[in-house]
Amino acid sequence: MSIKTENKLEVKESNWVYRKGKITATRMMTNTEKWFEIELSDGELGHEPGQFVQVEIFGVGEAPISICSSPTKKGRFELTVRNTGKVTEQIHRLSQGSDIYIRGPFGRPFPVKQMFGSDILFVAGGLGIAPLRSLINYVMDNRRDFGKVDILLGCKNPKEMLFSEDIEKWSKRMDINFACTVDRGDPDWKGNVGLITTLIPGVTLNTEQTYAVVVGPPVMYKFVIAELLKKNLSEKRIVLSLERHMKCGMGKCGHCQIDSPKNYYCCKDGPIFMYDEVKDSKKL
Amino acid sequence: MKYHILDKKNLDSFIKSLARRMKVVGPVKKSGKNYVFKEVKTADEMSLKYIPTILPPKKYLMPEREKILDLKFESDGIKEEAFIENEKIAIFGVHTCDLSGIQCLNIVFNDKPVDKNFLMRKENVFIVGLECNSYCDEYASCGLVNSYMPNGGFDLFFTDLGDKFIINVNTQDGEELVESLKLPPATPKEMSELDKLRDEKRKIFKNEINVDPHKIPQMFDKVYESKLWEEVGNKCLSCGNCTNVCPTCYCFDVDEKISLDMSSSERIRSWDSCQFETFAKVAGGENFRKERGLRQRHRVYRKFKFPQDKYNRFFCTGCGRCSRTCMAGINLKDILVKVAEESKI
Repeated sequence: MSIKTENKLEVKESNWVYRKGKITATRMMTNTEKWFEIELSDGELGHEPGQFVQVEIFGVGEAPISICSSPTKKGRFELTVRNTGKVTEQIHRLSQGSDIYIRGPFGRPFPVKQMFGSDILFVAGGLGIAPLRSLINYVMDNRRDFGKVDILLGCKNPKEMLFSEDIEKWSKRMDINFACTVDRGDPDWKGNVGLITTLIPGVTLNTEQTYAVVVGPPVMYKFVIAELLKKNLSEKRIVLSLERHMKCGMGKCGHCQIDSPKNYYCCKDGPIFMYDEVKDSKKL
Repeated sequence: MKYHILDKKNLDSFIKSLARRMKVVGPVKKSGKNYVFKEVKTADEMSLKYIPTILPPKKYLMPEREKILDLKFESDGIKEEAFIENEKIAIFGVHTCDLSGIQCLNIVFNDKPVDKNFLMRKENVFIVGLECNSYCDEYASCGLVNSYMPNGGFDLFFTDLGDKFIINVNTQDGEELVESLKLPPATPKEMSELDKLRDEKRKIFKNEINVDPHKIPQMFDKVYESKLWEEVGNKCLSCGNCTNVCPTCYCFDVDEKISLDMSSSERIRSWDSCQFETFAKVAGGENFRKERGLRQRHRVYRKFKFPQDKYNRFFCTGCGRCSRTCMAGINLKDILVKVAEESKI
């Protein structure tokens, strides 16, 4: 379908034009998650931990994807894409050397500066590790700026474990505490088995100076946040990254608006929220 | 503020001279009680005693479908072109409710990052308001939201004074037009006629539901978990009519149409509705507003609560279109009365 064009007026610096990049490396992480490293032709992406980009597949559409690399990594950025819809299916077909087009970065990032000098407890479930990794690696690269660091990681089964190389590194570092668990083990799995909530009681929290950064599916939020509140952590010290249908990225199209009495667009007012801002929402 | 006079018998020459400068659209009777804004060349094509048109004039500032990007796939790369298709246009006869609606859109699209497409279209629109001397019908609630009097948002504003219009000039563009047509300035007597009419209007336009508008945001704080929304949802057909006809609904979808030979593609923005089941669904399958009641609640909060918190104003203009068009008979005024009752404020 074509719309009749009369009296064309150029929209200068339109928000809808794309930034071009090249895929410099890819790797299948699991059966459904593929990792990409991208270099933009116009320079740095210029993101902060927790932000996302819109990836465009011409003729199909766009998908919002969290940036999984830290801005401390220069020159290139990384995305981890779950094959779950018509756009992401096509993104999976891209390979090293492919051109890629994006808009962004978008969204409110993790409150990194606010977290300087605090202990950080990272809790990631499933694909939640992707956006969280942008902050974890930022903290690793600026380790002195933060207090005690704990990382708790969970996923359904060992085959779905993402970022195994990072996990390897994190688990060996002496300056952080790392633990991971799977909901269901397999014969080769030697680690913890059980929901991620089972790891929380083992963490010592100084509630006055800790930020818990929690990223995962809605069901995980419900139980992890309950555990953290039980430990008397303030609602203002629980940081979340929410998933919604971010379509425009500019706080306009309405799809990502959080279902709560407050007026939040996930793409612009989030995706990073403090728990006290969104606790009225039935489903995080 | 400058006021001029146009004899009603000269309205036709006013429209014709406006039409020589730019495309003119005005309220035209379609059938029964249905009116639409469409192109007119003469005054007698218009119905100036009209109830709110099926679609508000937002369609000229944010078209139902608009191309936001043109893409050409060439051997040396992809060429992107962003443009709007637009022409200078005059909207004649815009009621104060719809002027208020355009102002709401203007607020939202000026939020950063600004919506350049809307702002460019806005620059190309000349707006002539038209006063309602009395209610259009029983669906209106412009008394409640205080949109029955002109509050800016127009180049010229017409008020019917019997055999003539008194015209309030609000912009330089408006003034140039009035000057070029050599419309005489209003006399003190005509000014007092306008004052009298406005005094009369204040008696006619009353708060339709007897709910204090200043307390409405507080009321909505109390009823978020109310059963009321489920009741409304049980009636709702999820057709999206209410949002399509709303002068302040601006949610959109972005879609892409690629040519069969895959040499070019268009990205198209079109109106979307929060009332559709998949509106808040994410790719993984989670739907954050699966139930119709939740979607209706969301719509009403977007009119009476969220914009109050953000912009200190209602995003309901009182035009009554949502209630007038609802096939299931969902009436916004009834919802507000129930909200007031349940909140006990």
